[in-house]
Formats: sequence, structure tokens, C-alpha cells
Amino acid sequence: MHPALSVILFTTASGAGYGMLFWLGLLAPLGLLPMEASFGLTASVLGLALITFGLLSSTAHLGHPERAWRAITQWRTSWLSREGVASLITYIPAVLFPLLWLMDGAPDGVAELLGFLTAAMAVVTVICTGMIYASLKPIRQWYHPLVMPFYLLASVFSGGACLAGVAMFWHASPMLAYATVVLAAITLVAKLAYWRSIDRGPVRGPGDAIGLTELGTVRMLDPPNTEDNYLMREMGYRIARKHAARLRVIAVALAFVVPIVLLPFIPPVAAVVALVGLLVERWLFFAEATHTVTLYYGRTA
Amino acid sequence: MTAIPSPGAKKLGLVIDLDTCVGCHACAVNCKEWNTSGHSAPLPDFDAYQAKPQGVWFNRVHSYEAGEGRDSRTVYFPRSCLHCEEPACVTVCPTGASYKRAEDGIVLVNADTCIGCKLCSWACPYGAREFDEDAGVMKKCTLCIDRIYNTNLPEQDRVPACVSTCPAQARHFGDLGDPDSAVSRLVAERGGYGLMPELGYKPVNRYLPPRARAHHATPVETPAEPITNSFLRWIDRALSR
Amino acid sequence: MTEEVINLSPTVADEVKYTTCYMCACRCGIKVHLKDGRLRYIEGNRNHPVNKGVLCGKGSAGIMQHYSPARLQKPLLRVGERGAGEFKEIEWEEALGLATEWLGNVRATDPKRLAFFTGRDQSQSFTGWWAKQFGTPNFAAHGGFCSVNMAAAGLYSIGGSFWEFGEPDWDNTKYLLMFGVAEDHDSNPIKTGLAKIKARGAKSVSINPVQTGYAALSDEFLAIRPGTDGLFVLALVHELLRTDQIDLDFLVRYTNATALVINNPGGADDALIARDADGKPLAWDRATNAPMDATTPGMQPAIVGEYTLGDGRKARPVFHLLAERYLDGKYAPDAVAERCDIPSSTIRRVAAEIADVAFNQAIELDQPWTDTSGRSHAKMIGRPVALHAMRGISAHSNGFQTCRALHLLQMLLGAVDTPGAWRYKSPYPKPIPPAAAPVGKGYKPNSILPGMALGFPQGPQDLLLEDDGTPIRIDKAFTWDAPMSVHGMMHMVIANAWAGDPYKIDTLFMYMSNMAWNSSMNPGDSMRMLTDKDPASGGYRIPHVIYSDAFFSETVPYADLILPDTTYLERWDCISMLDRPIGGAHGPADAIRQPVLKPDRDVRPFQDVLLDLGVRLKLPGFVKDDGSALYHSYPDYIANHERSPGIGPLGGWRGNGTAMGKGPANPDQLARYVENQCFWQHHLPPEQLYFKHSNAAYLRDAHAMGLVPNTNQIVLQLYCEPLQRFRLAAEGHGAVQPPETHRSRIRTYFDPLPFWYPPSADDVPELAAWPLHAVTQRPSIMYHSWGSQNAWLRQIYDRNHLYMNRRTAAAMGLTDDDTVWVISRTGRVKCQLRLMEGVNPDTVWTWNAIGKRSGAWNLSADAPESRDGFLLNHVISEFRTDDDGAQWSNSDPITGQAAWYDLRVRVEKADAGATEPQFSPLKRPPGMKPPADLLRFNAREHA
Ligand SMILES: Nc1nc2c(c(=O)[nH]1)N[C@H]1C(S)=C(S)[C@@H](COP(=O)(O)OP(=O)(O)OC[C@H]3O[C@@H](n4cnc5c(=O)[nH]c(N)nc54)[C@H](O)[C@@H]3O)O[C@H]1N2
Ligand SMILES: Nc1nc2c(c(=O)[nH]1)N[C@H]1C(S)=C(S)[C@@H](COP(=O)(O)OP(=O)(O)OC[C@H]3O[C@@H](n4cnc5c(=O)[nH]c(N)nc54)[C@H](O)[C@@H]3O)O[C@H]1N2
Ligand code: SF4
Ligand code: SF4
Ligand code: SF4
Ligand code: SF4
Ligand code: SF4
Ligand SMILES: [Mo]
Repeated sequence: MHPALSVILFTTASGAGYGMLFWLGLLAPLGLLPMEASFGLTASVLGLALITFGLLSSTAHLGHPERAWRAITQWRTSWLSREGVASLITYIPAVLFPLLWLMDGAPDGVAELLGFLTAAMAVVTVICTGMIYASLKPIRQWYHPLVMPFYLLASVFSGGACLAGVAMFWHASPMLAYATVVLAAITLVAKLAYWRSIDRGPVRGPGDAIGLTELGTVRMLDPPNTEDNYLMREMGYRIARKHAARLRVIAVALAFVVPIVLLPFIPPVAAVVALVGLLVERWLFFAEATHTVTLYYGRTA
Repeated sequence: MTAIPSPGAKKLGLVIDLDTCVGCHACAVNCKEWNTSGHSAPLPDFDAYQAKPQGVWFNRVHSYEAGEGRDSRTVYFPRSCLHCEEPACVTVCPTGASYKRAEDGIVLVNADTCIGCKLCSWACPYGAREFDEDAGVMKKCTLCIDRIYNTNLPEQDRVPACVSTCPAQARHFGDLGDPDSAVSRLVAERGGYGLMPELGYKPVNRYLPPRARAHHATPVETPAEPITNSFLRWIDRALSR
Repeated sequence: MTEEVINLSPTVADEVKYTTCYMCACRCGIKVHLKDGRLRYIEGNRNHPVNKGVLCGKGSAGIMQHYSPARLQKPLLRVGERGAGEFKEIEWEEALGLATEWLGNVRATDPKRLAFFTGRDQSQSFTGWWAKQFGTPNFAAHGGFCSVNMAAAGLYSIGGSFWEFGEPDWDNTKYLLMFGVAEDHDSNPIKTGLAKIKARGAKSVSINPVQTGYAALSDEFLAIRPGTDGLFVLALVHELLRTDQIDLDFLVRYTNATALVINNPGGADDALIARDADGKPLAWDRATNAPMDATTPGMQPAIVGEYTLGDGRKARPVFHLLAERYLDGKYAPDAVAERCDIPSSTIRRVAAEIADVAFNQAIELDQPWTDTSGRSHAKMIGRPVALHAMRGISAHSNGFQTCRALHLLQMLLGAVDTPGAWRYKSPYPKPIPPAAAPVGKGYKPNSILPGMALGFPQGPQDLLLEDDGTPIRIDKAFTWDAPMSVHGMMHMVIANAWAGDPYKIDTLFMYMSNMAWNSSMNPGDSMRMLTDKDPASGGYRIPHVIYSDAFFSETVPYADLILPDTTYLERWDCISMLDRPIGGAHGPADAIRQPVLKPDRDVRPFQDVLLDLGVRLKLPGFVKDDGSALYHSYPDYIANHERSPGIGPLGGWRGNGTAMGKGPANPDQLARYVENQCFWQHHLPPEQLYFKHSNAAYLRDAHAMGLVPNTNQIVLQLYCEPLQRFRLAAEGHGAVQPPETHRSRIRTYFDPLPFWYPPSADDVPELAAWPLHAVTQRPSIMYHSWGSQNAWLRQIYDRNHLYMNRRTAAAMGLTDDDTVWVISRTGRVKCQLRLMEGVNPDTVWTWNAIGKRSGAWNLSADAPESRDGFLLNHVISEFRTDDDGAQWSNSDPITGQAAWYDLRVRVEKADAGATEPQFSPLKRPPGMKPPADLLRFNAREHA
């Protein structure tokens, strides 16, 4: 699949954003984070900024951004629509929570409720995002049980790292950072398991696509049109195995290993490195995904 | 509405005969010709006279080879929307622009509400969705909805353009929901099949497999025995003009 | 959200007009829908005899052809050097004035200094007549480089031929053998026919080195080695004779199998057919034990043995010679298998299958009919084995004899115009060979040629040679180089005119043929010759070049004067009875084109231009006595011209509107055609549908319609006597004899019975250096060079590859997409490789005419057609040199058919990069706008 920058930025940034809101909304009411409203405000703004930036960049790749509002209408069937709805709803508690916190100095009472609500909605939104991909049968690397969980893990992990990074400036206890280290490890395991599994296939060929495997090996003789059309440019993206392997190492190092080492000491740096690493991981998530339409063009998928 | 209507009785679709398809592209070009001024008009072409000519087609004809050596065979394969019964291209659509008609099962895109998010093209396993990069909306085979019911056309012309133009009669149109329809019977006789059924999209269109090569009831091969008295056998053959 | 509201019944068009497609030469009927004065949709005409409603990919892209940005806009006059493409736009008056001046001088001095050659047009009866009235013998259409081998072999053997002149009995055949056909002129009917026979479960066998298109549909695919079909077919003949599975009744009644061939080695009459006092062929009657008119009804002819004629001469029946020859071991399957690359067991099996179908599965139609001997038959007995063949056979230097071999096979099976077999398309059959001999002698200043330039020689006396033996025609057609070049030799014109051999010409006038590119062998040379100057005079060796094209083709820059034509939707055309009408096995038919749109440019239909020139030149037949125009326009000519009394361009609605074929001119004939969707068709009654060569009722009616000169039986010719007449000349007999240089070649090739010889290119010592055969195929979606200007069609192929067998490539260490050199004796082209299974291991091939010259057709200079596409033509030469250094035209020695597919090459790895050769990009002519890059064609709300 073509790794469109807008989509990669969106999923990574908003993923981290929702992750931050999740932790903030969950831990602050429980008093496990700095109590200063200034902290609540800063963290929320940063989280919301990441989300908003992500949402905006995702509308960038629309053919008709001005019609984007229509995307919330089909929540009954469409994960994309659900994501839209969820993300919009999330704004309400996510904005009110820090405001109330600011007003009555502490995230309790109604704010407490709003915090939990924010955390819940963040999770829901990220699940929707993950499901958009996890529900696409033509792409075996996406139609995979680990995809949605990974989206969720990556979100809470990267969000945790970011929040820990912010919290450091308010001399928070390293607890969150430690928790994030654990999450990083789990997320990494999930990713490694995922890669292992998709590398195993099952792989289809042109014969499967045209349903004539019994005639023997099927090869493409000529494509229907000489130049690549939209379909092949959008779904026909190819990445060399060697190249992919190298990028996987970089992704693992930046997204997980380095952060695990740095988190206990300088969480902000760890967070930034993690985000960069996750961008690489997300790029691979697209680049390594093969679509069944490419079978018709003589490839395997 | 991207909710799939409860399956109606009528399932209009195409049956494509891979046994007689000669890969002539007539269906693809005639489709383009009709539809560029049709329901989803236009079907743009980019770099039309320049270095990378490519545009929107609702039907594309692929060429394949199957098998090896002397018994390899060349197979031509036209590919267009299969008007699936469980079309994820419809359910994933966030706007409702992509929909399946209740009355005949035709899957269409409403160009006025499509936001061009392209998700449906990701969701279609068969590459049947064509993005109009100029208009920023998704397009696709309409099953010639502006022909098949068109009262301005003579009865017999109310079939898809690709069907009426096929020189090899390799394309058939009809109601695959009706087991007695000509197309359904053809599918039954010839073992018609749907593409990648394991994906669960339940394509309506069917493909008829190439027939086993008609090996003539071969008479026992005559031995290469030497020719004896060949001329004598004709010398007094009674023939009359 | 609710579903969108859809208009299920939009108005398709405000106007529908019928006409005839011209995206290729198949002549399908089309229904053109117009909306707001623009093309909305073109579809096949269901009522049309040719396509019955279907339309191919090319026809479906007519809209893009009509609106092509490469359309010429206005007459052009060269201002820079020839080839530089510097033109200025001029008015028609000036253009026609110039042409008249040039042509007028030629006609007044030496009319043969005009060479008028036409290409893909369908108005040869008109252009040929124009040339005759002008007085030049130098006229021909493209047939000489196209498929004259098919036409000639057929017309000299069975009075009809493959090509557009015959068709398999699609509804009845049980066994189809297709030799070397990719698309043919019957593009749609063949596709429809193949589908029909598959539906019936009949067997089709494709003999072709490449398994694409029709071959891909066949039940059996024989990947034959190019140029060896003659061997394969004669091996089948060997088997049928050996097993005595032939239709002797058919042979004695309908062929010259019984004719007595004089056995007088060294004599002036040796191997000629013994004839009676009034020239009738003799056969030996076993009843009276005496020779008699071979066509005597009821006689009991001997088919083998030697007999002594009244005058003591010895003679043997044709069948005797034939059996003797083909029973010979050298035609046995085992002897030919390796050379043909087809296992001998397969050859024997195919022969057995053919025999089984022909004789055990014969078709009997309950249809009485009467033959020309007056014998009435209760049934029509058919041998349901049908053959079809095209350029895979004809484009070789042994194509004529190979095609004769195919017809021999048909005759032995009794499978000529019988149920289930190959059938004549009206107006065929014709007498064998057709009566008219070529006319060239007697050209004089300011006078018409005594007859049509092209014709059918019966022997040396009909050659077009001056008394001193020099060729009369610039292309050297009808000379000892190619005595039976019945379609002329267009591929030799530029080379000969440049060399001034046999003489210098003044004006080269071409129409609808891309001679500076894909229709030339060795186009680079053609360009050089067209631009070369004569050091003496300083002028061009070919002083004037006039060209009519509709588009900016590669040839345009090489002309001095461009007469821009209309598109096929803007003019009247006539697919004439006098030329190649749309008639089928079911009966005669012809068609017209009518303008459906007005030109939006300053262009004129070429036929009108030719008429106008005729008037300006005051050509007889074009002007009244007072010098005014006889026909004010081409449609006027179509309706009112009479070639001979009662015979005009169109056969329908003659006279008062009821006469068919023959009858007085009818002024509103065209109106009747338009009413009838632009075609006319007559259905033969059932008793006339088969055995047309010997069907008394058919011949009677055909004669009445002017299709045949008399009602005589058309005796099929197993033995081709005219060939022997040439051969005797080579052996020193007769007034007209070949020069020494030609004797052995004439003796060898002019064999009255078909035989196989290696294609010239295979007949060389150092063959090992050229291990591969190289051929081209027609892509179904492109018509020669026209297709690439078409925004839709070029998306399907905007470049071509060289296809090679996967194993062959592996052995050479080559893989898919490698860039390679294709090297022949005369040059090399660089191109990209594509591997496949379904191709003969010793053969490489590519699509024809996809490669374009940069800038041509108003495509951007970096278009893939020129950057990545290529023409095989660059490695094909119009000449070949034999062992003793003598130079010959690269053609069939009998018909002069260009031997495109004799090509032998070797393939070597090359560095990646653009294809080669590359030529300097062509400049867009004045008045032609740069093409749009984004097309949003929509006839409904149009921009
Ligand atoms: N779409 C389309 N249709 C066309 C044309 C076009 O350009 N495009 N051109 C028209 C014209 S002008 C003509 S003349 C006709 C030609 O009609 P075809 O004869 O069908 O044209 P070719 O492509 O030359 O086909 C030659 C075939 O013979 C095979 N072949 C080559 N050498 C041999 C051999 O030695 N033996 C055998 N058995 N096969 C061999 C080739 O693989 C190829 O399949 O087509 C006409 N129709
Ligand atoms: N390598 C190789 N070369 C081949 C062949 C092959 O098989 N292999 N085939 C040969 C054969 S059989 C043939 S017939 C030739 C065909 O080759 P050509 O006779 O050159 O056919 P086209 O390329 O179609 O060129 C016809 C010209 O007519 C012009 N034209 C198109 N429509 C009109 C019109 O309406 N009016 C006018 N005035 N002009 C028009 C086109 O623009 C083009 O310039 O190619 C030959 N060349
Ligand atoms: S038109 Fe018919 S034969 Fe030609 S490609 Fe399409 S389906 Fe095949
Ligand atoms: S083929 Fe693709 S576009 Fe057509 S209905 Fe099925 S999924 Fe949707
Ligand atoms: S591109 Fe249009 S039709 Fe497709 S999913 Fe998006 S909005 Fe729906
Ligand atoms: S049904 Fe109509 S839109 Fe669909 S492929 Fe055929 S012609 Fe094109
Ligand atoms: S075969 Fe195609 S291009 Fe040729 S005349 Fe028929 S429709 Fe037109
Ligand atoms: Mo041709």
C-alpha cells in the first residue's frame, strides 16, 4: 500500500495524543500525576494538539475536504465514520476536563468523571482507527488479529511516554515512566509477533485471483494498460525485502529499545525518539502491506 | 446508505466466458466510450498525449499465461465491478456515497456526496474502484444503469455497452438471482465461478472457465507403413464426370 | 441519507446516423449517436451483414480518432528542406493549382513519370481508374507488400482466396485449420465465428508460432517454425494420398485433376495442358479409350497412367503428377517434422483427424442443386474441414507456393465452397485467373492508358516490358523479377525512383500510406532517399512528392505538398463492387460512408480532390466536351459513373431502383443506401449457397448481376498452367524470355504444382549466425500507425516489447525486461524483452507499428511510443543479396509480395535505455495546436 505521509502522520500523532489523554484522564483523578492545574492544562493542550494536527492532516488526502462532515454519518457500518464520531465526542470531555481542573484546582468531582470519560473515549477512538485497517480483507497484513491491539498498545505506549515527558517538568514520580517501559516491551513483543506472522503468509498468486489455479502456474503476460493507473499507484507500492528488514531494525531501535533505556532518565527525549520510531513503523505498516488487486497485475499478495 | 439492503431477489450482473474471450479490449473501450458521457461522466484521461497516458476505465482486460511449454495456454481476463452481495466497498464508506441498490443489487457511487477518502478502493479486493483524481471522487462500473433501463433505447439495446459490443459473445448480462434466467443456466451448465470466494464478498458476476481443449475423437493414428502399389489403386477407379 | 436520484432514461442522442466504420479495413456497419453536434457514442449496427451489431476496440475508440489533435488542418506547402518539416499553410486553390501544374507537365510529356500509389484506402477502383485516365502505368495500392501471395495463389487456383475474399463456413464447419492469422481484415467476423464453432464444440487448430488472440482460443496450437507451413501442409497431403482419403469425385468434376499434361521434356509444349482444336483441355476417357474435352459431362476420365494423344504426344493426368510428387518420401511426416518443429506423430494425427471429419462426418444438406454439367444433385455434400490463412503464409518469400499448397489440400478434400468448408465471399468466384491482363504498354502523352494497370498475366506475353526488355513500371511489377505481381510492388517504388532504375520519375503521389515509417522496409533508408538530392541538378532525386493524409504521420514531413483529408466520419466513401465490397458467402453486398459531421477544419475528402484534379487536368471521363466537370462531387460520381454499361461503383438499387448489380445509373441511389443504413445486400437462394464454382443457377444469376463474365464452370486449378508458361520461357522457348540472370530462378520457382522451398533468408550458408526468426503481429486494438494518436487506445499499448520463449531466453542468460539488441544482416534495433511460454522457441516477435517517430502524431516528444517503442522494420531490408552477389527485391519471386517475415536475427544483451534507432523529433506543422494533457470528454455537458 502506498505510504501516504498524511495518513502516517495522522495515525502516529493522534495515536500519541489519545494515549496522553487516556493516561491523563485515568491517572490524574486517581492522584497519580502532578496535581498542578498548569500540568493538566499543558498535557491536555499537547494531547489535543497532537490529535487535532493528526485529524487535519488526514483530511488533507481527501478529494473533497469541504465535504468531510459527511464522514460522520455512517457510524452504523463504517469504522472510519465511527472514528470520526468518536474523535469528535472525545473533544467534549477532553476540553472540559482540564478547564474544570483549572477552575477548582484539582481533578476531582465532576472533573474526575470527565477524566475517566476522556480516557474511555480515547480508547474507543483508537480502537476505531485500528479497526479501519484490521477490517480490510484484501490486505492480509492488515486483516490480522494483532493490528487493532497493536494500534491500541502503540497509542498508550507513545502517549504514556509523552505524558511522562511532560510530567517530568512537574517532578512527577517516575511511576508512569516505568509503566511505559513495561508497555514498550509489550508493544514490541506484539510487533515482533506481527511481523513473524505476516512473513509466513499465506500468500496468493495471480492464479488464485482469476480462479484458474488448476490450469497450472499463472503468470501475467500483459497488463491491461501500459502505464500504472490509480490502482497500482495506490495499492501497488512495493518495498524490497532487504530495505524493509533494515527499516524494521531502525523502527525497533527508535520506537522501543532507545525509549526503554531513556524513559527512566529523560522521558521527554525518549518520547520524541519513540514518536520518530513509530513513524518509521507506521510507514512500514503501509509499505509492507500487499493488496489483492496487485495479484491481477502478476504479483503475489 | 452504506448499510447493505436486505438482499433483494434481483441480482443483476455479468457472466464472462473465458473460453471465448480473445482479449480484444472491445468491451473495455466501448465501456469507456459509453460511460465517458454516461451516468458517471466523464472518465478522465491524464497525460493523454504525453509520457504517461492513463485514465479512468471501468473495465480492464488482462492477459495471462497458464502452464508450461507446449501445453501452456494464453488466457484473457476482463476485470470490472462484480457487484458483490457483501461489498465492503459499501460498508466502509463513511459518507454513504458508496451504496448498493436494493432493487437490483447494483453498486454505485454518489459523486455528489463522495469525499474521496479512497477507503472503498482499499476495501475492494478486485480493483474495481477507479478514482477520478481530477474530480476528487470515486467512480466505478455502473452496470450501465443508464442503458439497461433506458426507455430511449430499443429494447434489445438495453444491456451494458460491454455486452452488446463483444465480438466473441463472451459477455452475458442478466439476473443471477433468478435461477431460471439465461445467465444462471449458463453458469450452471459451464461451472461458472465467482472470484476469491474465500474473502466473503459474494461477487454476483460469474466467470466461465476455459473449456477442456476439444480433443477430437482421435481415430487410431494411421501407421507410417511404406506406400505399396499406390498407383494401381487408382488405375481403374471408375469415375464419372 | 437516501440514495441518489438517478435518471435511468437519459436521452442518448438528438440524432443517430448510420455509416461504415473505418478504424480498420473490416468495414463494419456503425450507428453514430450525436449530442449537441458532438459524437456521443458509436455502436455496431445490428442489421449490418459484416459485424451484426458488434464493434471492436478500435471502432469503439472512433470518438478519439475523430477528435485527434493530430488531424491536419489545412493544405501545407513545404518551405524548408524536405524532411525538416517546415511548411506554410496555403489555400486549396493554390494547392490544387500547384498539383495541376506538376501533374499537367508530366501528363503532357511522359505520363509514366507520375507514380501514384495508395495504401489503406478503400477506393482503389476509383484511384485506379483515375490513374488509367491520367495515362500512367505506375499505379498500385498496398497489396504488393500486404498479402498479394494470398490473392494471387487463390485467384490462380480456386478463383477466390483467403484474405477478404473468402470465409470458413462458421455455422457448419467441424474442423478449422488457421494458418498464420492474428487479426486479418475480418476482425469481427472471425472473432464471432470462432465463438460460434467453440459453442458447437467443433475443433479448431491454430498453426502459428505465437499463441495469442485467435491462437489462444484454438483447441490445438501448433507452434510451427516460420516459413515451413508448405512442408507441413504437403506432409498432410502425403498422408491423405498415402491412406487414399481424398474426394476423387470432387476432383474429377470440379478441378483439372483429369487434364492431360504433355510429357515432352525439352519441348516447347512440355508440361503444358493438352488441348483440343478450340483450346479446351483434354482428359483421357476410359470408356472410349480416347482423349476428349475434359469437361464433357459423364465421361469416365483416367486419373493415372500415361496416354498417347492423337498426334503421338505422350501425356499424363494432373492427378498422376500430383500423386507421384506428394507420395514421395521427402514429404513424409518424419522427413519434415524437425524442420517444421512439429512432431511427426502430430502431423499424422492431424491428417487422420482431417480425413475422419471430411469423409466420416460429411455434411449432407437436403438441398437439391444442379451443376454446370447439367447433373442435378439431391443433396449438397460437404466436407466440413475449413481452412483459413493470412500473412503468416503470405509474408514469406515462399508464400505463393505455400498458399497454393493450402488450396491443393482443400481441393483434395473436396472442401472448396462446400458445406462446412471454406466458402467464397461474393463477388467471388471469378474465372481462373481473372480475364484482364495488366496494361502498361501503349502509354502516351496526354492520353489514357488502354486498360487498368493491374491485371493477371497468363504468361510471358503479358509482362510489362519495353521491347528492349526494360521494365515499364517504376516498381518493376510484371517483370522477370516478379512476373505475377498482380498487386504491384509498392514497397519498391521509393527505392527504384531514387535510383532512377528503371527510369527517373517526376512526381510521387501517395495516398493514405505511411511510407516514411511503418509501411516501408528499412524506413531510415526511405527517409534518406526521399530527401536525397541529385548532385548534377542539385534538385531532389524524386523531384515532387504529393501526399494525402488526414493526420500528422511520419510521412507528412517528407512531402512537398500535403492535401489534408477528412476523417471517416466527415465524408462519402464507397466500398465498391469494383473493388473489395462487403459481400459474404450469403450473397453480394456493398456499402457506403456518409458524412455524419462537418469538418471543422479546412480539409477536403481526397476523392473529391482527385475528381477536382481530374477536371483541372481535363482527363477524359472527368469532363464534358465543354471542359466542365462531369461529376460535381464524389457522391455524384458514385451514383452516376458507369465503368462499363450498367456496371457502376455500387450494385444496389440501380436503374429505377429495382435492378441489382447491373443496370442503368440511378441518381438517387445514395438516398436509398442511406435509407438502408448505408449498405446493400442480396441473399442468394439456398440452391446457390454452395458449389458456386460449378453451380449452374448461381453462375447464371451472378452473370446477370455482372459478377462473372460468362456462365461457364470455374474449373479449380490443381495444376497452374500459367506458371509453366513462364518456366518454358526460362527454358528458352517463346518470344519473351528472361535474361540469363533470371532463368534458373524462374525455372525453380515457377512450378505448376505447389512445392516447398526455404524462405530466402533461411537459404544462406552462415545461418547459424542468425538463429532466430523475427515476426510481427497485428494488435487487435491498433490499426497500423493510426492507433497511437488515439487517447484511449494508446493507454492499452504505448510501447512494444520483443517477446521471446522463456527457455530460449534462459539458455541465452536473458531475463524479463532486459534491454536487448535485435541484429539482422542489415541493421539492429534496441528494445526491451518480455518472456512467454506460447511462442516457438526459435522465434521472437513484437506488435506491429506501435513504435513511433518522436513528435509524430502530435504526441509529446517523450511519448513512450518513440522512447520505449520500436519498429522491427528498421532491420528488414527491401533488398537481399544472393550467394553470387546479385541483388533481389526481398519478396516472393513469383508475386513480388514483400517477405516481411523471412527475417532472421540474433539477440544480444544491451545497456538499458531508450530504444534505438531514434530520429530527430518532428516539428508540429503550422496550424496544429499542442495537445491537451487532461481529457474530460463528455458529450453531455461539454466544455
Ligand atoms: N487490429 C488490426 N487489424 C488489422 C490490421 C491492423 O493493423 N490491426 N491490419 C490489417 C492488414 S493491412 C492486414 S494485411 C491484415 C493482416 O492480417 P494477419 O495476417 O492476421 O496479420 P499479421 O499480424 O501479419 O498475422 C500474421 C500471423 O502469422 C503468424 N506467423 C508469422 N510467420 C508465420 C509462419 O511462417 N507460419 C504461420 N503459420 N504463422 C506465421 C504471426 O505470428 C501472426 O500471428 O490485418 C488487417 N487487420
Ligand atoms: N514490420 C512490419 N511492417 C509492416 C507490416 C508487418 O506485418 N510488419 N504490415 C505491412 C502491411 S500488410 C501493410 S497493409 C502496411 C500498412 O501500413 P500503412 O499502409 O502505412 O498503414 P497505416 O500505418 O495505417 O498508414 C496509413 C496512413 O494513412 C493515414 N490515414 C488514416 N486515415 C486516413 C484517411 O481517412 N485519409 C487519408 N488520406 N489518410 C488517412 C494515416 O494517418 C497513415 O499515415 O504495413 C506494412 N508494414
Ligand atoms: S470484448 Fe469480449 S472478447 Fe473482447 S476482451 Fe472483452 S470479453 Fe473478451
Ligand atoms: S467488486 Fe469491488 S467495487 Fe464492486 S462491489 Fe465488489 S467490492 Fe465493491
Ligand atoms: S471515496 Fe467516496 S465512496 Fe469511497 S469510501 Fe470514500 S466517500 Fe465513500
Ligand atoms: S457494465 Fe457498463 S460500466 Fe460496467 S464494465 Fe460493462 S460497460 Fe462498463
Ligand atoms: S473491425 Fe473494428 S475497426 Fe475494423 S471496421 Fe470493424 S469495428 Fe471498425
Ligand atoms: Mo496489409
